[in-house]
Amino acid sequence: MAKYLLLKHYRGAPAAVNDVPMDRWSPDEVEAHIRFMNDFAARLEASGEFVDGQALSPDGVWVRYDGDGRPPVTDGPFAETKDLIAGWMVIDVDSYERAIELAGELSAAPGAGGEPIHEWLEVRAFLGAPPTVTQ
Amino acid sequence: MTADDVDLRELVPAVLSVLVRRGADFATAEDAVQEALVRALSAWERESPADPTGWLITVAWRAFLDMTRSDAARRDREVRFDTEPPAGATTSADDTLRLYFLCAHPDLTSSSAVALTLRAVGGLTTRQIARAYLVPERTMAQRISRAKRTVGRAGVERPGDVPTVMRVLYLVFNEGYSGDVDLAAEAIRLTRQLAVLVDEPEVHGLLALMLVHHARRRSRTRADGSIVVLAEQDRSQWDTGLIAEGIDIAQAALAGGQLGEYQTQAAIAALHADAARVEETDWVQIVEWYDELLRFADTPIVRLNRAVAVGEADGAPAGLAALADVDEHVPRRDAVAAYLHEKNGDLELAARLYADAARNAPNLAERDHQTRQAVRLNQYLQHHG
Repeated sequence: MAKYLLLKHYRGAPAAVNDVPMDRWSPDEVEAHIRFMNDFAARLEASGEFVDGQALSPDGVWVRYDGDGRPPVTDGPFAETKDLIAGWMVIDVDSYERAIELAGELSAAPGAGGEPIHEWLEVRAFLGAPPTVTQ
Repeated sequence: MTADDVDLRELVPAVLSVLVRRGADFATAEDAVQEALVRALSAWERESPADPTGWLITVAWRAFLDMTRSDAARRDREVRFDTEPPAGATTSADDTLRLYFLCAHPDLTSSSAVALTLRAVGGLTTRQIARAYLVPERTMAQRISRAKRTVGRAGVERPGDVPTVMRVLYLVFNEGYSGDVDLAAEAIRLTRQLAVLVDEPEVHGLLALMLVHHARRRSRTRADGSIVVLAEQDRSQWDTGLIAEGIDIAQAALAGGQLGEYQTQAAIAALHADAARVEETDWVQIVEWYDELLRFADTPIVRLNRAVAVGEADGAPAGLAALADVDEHVPRRDAVAAYLHEKNGDLELAARLYADAARNAPNLAERDHQTRQAVRLNQYLQHHG
């Protein structure tokens, strides 16, 4: 039982095999893609492995503390940011192998021409609670 | 439910196994027992019935009939069950044990077996289990109903066995805990029940192992959640009653002469618990027990722990030699290497290894702990190096 984050990037991941931007797809292809994503989440819920899934707006802004009594400084968004997170899914699975298997299935989401995108997804393990027995 | 409901939950496995023996399908019977538990909580508020088990069986049986009736009505089929409960609502230890086996069915993944055991044997609600494992209630509900379907399909011809049940309970114990349920305490409660049902030395060994570890829990972490290593724990905080009970159970099991993995781990835990001060730890004997443990479970983790014990018994160079045999990729290897190198006087290497250990730590508390170790050595080296 371990939680993993499946991260989808707008930018920063290696190029997908079927690397056509979504705005060039046909309406049907877009619908098929959205349906696939919804079905995938529903399937994980049914298998008792779903924890959370969210999509993020690409317009991120940078914020930092600017000293006592001063408002935080904001900067950006930067069009040239190399790594841009598009969204995530959190799963609770029995093994690392299962996490990899599911990420592989998610990467098969259909894109242009109805063909799988073969998108690169990043899989990250959560740092959980320490176990009771460590000696 | 609160701790007060533990007495009520003690009755769950017996009640559920009676329903199943009467021919109720496992999944619906399990729902019916949960329903009966909820009703008992309000009905028993002022006064408990004279025969709580009988009360629960009657109410759960009626709930089961209601559930199958409405089901049957939907499917427009006849109800296959008598409305009156058959006479002789006696519970039997064999049936209860079989329920443990079912919930640890070999077709289930370990997370499903854990969830099903906590609900069907432990009597916890889905919400409690979901909170304990930090997943949405809906997800946990699906995991449990899926597990029940798997068990129902696989049938009772090929249930689990005592070792699979023990593995499930050990997982529950070892998970740590959150939410309003103390999973370690729950695992101990269920293992105690199991030890009553099956008189096997390994079950007693597992119970002893849990008790001794549980006895040290207050000293293992500070209020802020940071880790206190065994050597630095305040031993006056250890629960001597639990330790004594654990050691008694372990010794009785070991006297049977059928050594196994859990008994061996219990023996090691007992040797640690038996030392009033860390300096009094009998490391030589602990190494001998690790050698035994390797016979049952020759895993990188056991070898890693053995290397620590060898380092204490025969000195850091011997520990480092033992570490050389341990798989490079086993978690916490860097942490052990750092500790042994520090003990051996190689502080620079140790500091680097602590930093590696922090980077590779499997949880936040350990990462913080290893970071503090690296910082401590780096500060020392800056001022004295």
